[in-house]
Amino acid sequence: MNTATIANRAVPRLLAGLSYYGPASLDEHDRQHGQPPAVGPRFIDVVEASGLTGRGGAGFPTGRKMRIVASARGSKVVVANGCEGEPASSKDRLLLTMLPHLVLDGLVAAAMAVGAKESYLCVHDHETALLDSLNDAVAGRGDPVRIQVTGVPGRYVASEQSSLVQYLNGGPAKPTFAPPRPQERGVRRLPTLVNNVETLAHLALIVRYGDRWFRSAGLPAAPGTMLVTVNGAVCRPGVHEIELGTSVGNVVMRAGGPAEPPQALLIGGYFGAWLPADVAWPLRMTHAALKAAGGALGAGMVIALPESSCLLAETARVVRYLANEGAGQCGPCIFGLPALADAMADLAYHGGRGRALSQLAMLIPLVEGRGACKHPDGVTQLIRSALRVAAEDARRHDQTGPCRGIIREPLLPLPGED
Amino acid sequence: MRLRVNPIACTGHGMCAELLPELIQLDPWGYPLLAGEEVPRQLAAHARRAAEACPTLALLLDESLVPGVRRGRRDAG
Repeated sequence: MNTATIANRAVPRLLAGLSYYGPASLDEHDRQHGQPPAVGPRFIDVVEASGLTGRGGAGFPTGRKMRIVASARGSKVVVANGCEGEPASSKDRLLLTMLPHLVLDGLVAAAMAVGAKESYLCVHDHETALLDSLNDAVAGRGDPVRIQVTGVPGRYVASEQSSLVQYLNGGPAKPTFAPPRPQERGVRRLPTLVNNVETLAHLALIVRYGDRWFRSAGLPAAPGTMLVTVNGAVCRPGVHEIELGTSVGNVVMRAGGPAEPPQALLIGGYFGAWLPADVAWPLRMTHAALKAAGGALGAGMVIALPESSCLLAETARVVRYLANEGAGQCGPCIFGLPALADAMADLAYHGGRGRALSQLAMLIPLVEGRGACKHPDGVTQLIRSALRVAAEDARRHDQTGPCRGIIREPLLPLPGED
Repeated sequence: MRLRVNPIACTGHGMCAELLPELIQLDPWGYPLLAGEEVPRQLAAHARRAAEACPTLALLLDESLVPGVRRGRRDAG
């Protein structure tokens, strides 16, 4: 058997039950995967052995998080995070709309393993059709765990785990100052396990097929598969399932390859970083490999930017969006992010004044590490990477004026534009 | 002893920078920038006074990591 056949066999896993004709019903789902076994605390051992890490972006070991929650006495709560605040990501929505029972199986398995009798499945409150279909899916199952489908305000920082917990406690959907973390004290002050819906979908398969099966895809240090969303100048943008450790270039080729010669790739979404296309191409899709190259895996977004686009203008536009999406709680974020957005816009569109770059260099350290959540740090990481990858272009913009790329239609997806 | 700011609670009164200029400066918007988290022994009393004076109680002192120092102990001098 050649390696290509092996690679082809490892995926799809999560997406194996994906139908062209609509969402998978419970019957279809059970036919595809079989019914899930009931589990108890020992399932946590299996999850730890599987090496599964959170697929929401942070990459924290799922088994360890479950262990922390399970070790506390008394009642616990599980929260499935399906809010997908990243505008460039569609994978969670795909799972929730087309394969809801995979997520629900995982949610039930996680709840049974940590000893929770109740759970919440959070999605954006403006997605009314999705809320309805998920309520129908839950109603038809008869799970031993209570599942409440809950709509959460659709702003970027609302999908941060402490925001979800504060919202479920009757407060605003805004991050809180840690500690305590939700694992220690969350919904109604109970230990709360918050997992991304893709993470739960993997649990649904691990509960059936085991940890060794899970590790048979991906790398020893980064096992399993993950969903990626590919956007920008590629021939077939969309969600793909890959083994961890697949090269970035391979991911782009699965999405039909570049539609135009690429200059840079934004990997990890708007909390991620730009990398020059040729540098990024051979890198493996793992947290460690991308971090070592100055990038980030995040929740697995890859956006290809063509040569004819202006990387600085694209970044300025996203930074403005992110500045407006802050929770408005912390001073450095309230004042620093709009100032960064102004300086980026100055650099991208006005230029020629020779002071935007020094303004950015002054502002970045004033914002970094000074928020209650990681929102401001995500913005500075994005800007830093833009200035690194487009260093020469940035100097030209700042000294003599904008490049021709700014006349091109923006490519990076933002909400409310599709 | 370690110094932290709760950035949600902080509204930029700037009292801390007045009382503990050795460790705290204000950014252009009036919010505190810490020189470092560790508070040298000789500044402990000043740090406690700054934490107590914060109108929103956003300046936090963690004394739990230092053996022999009771939490919230006031300076006798």
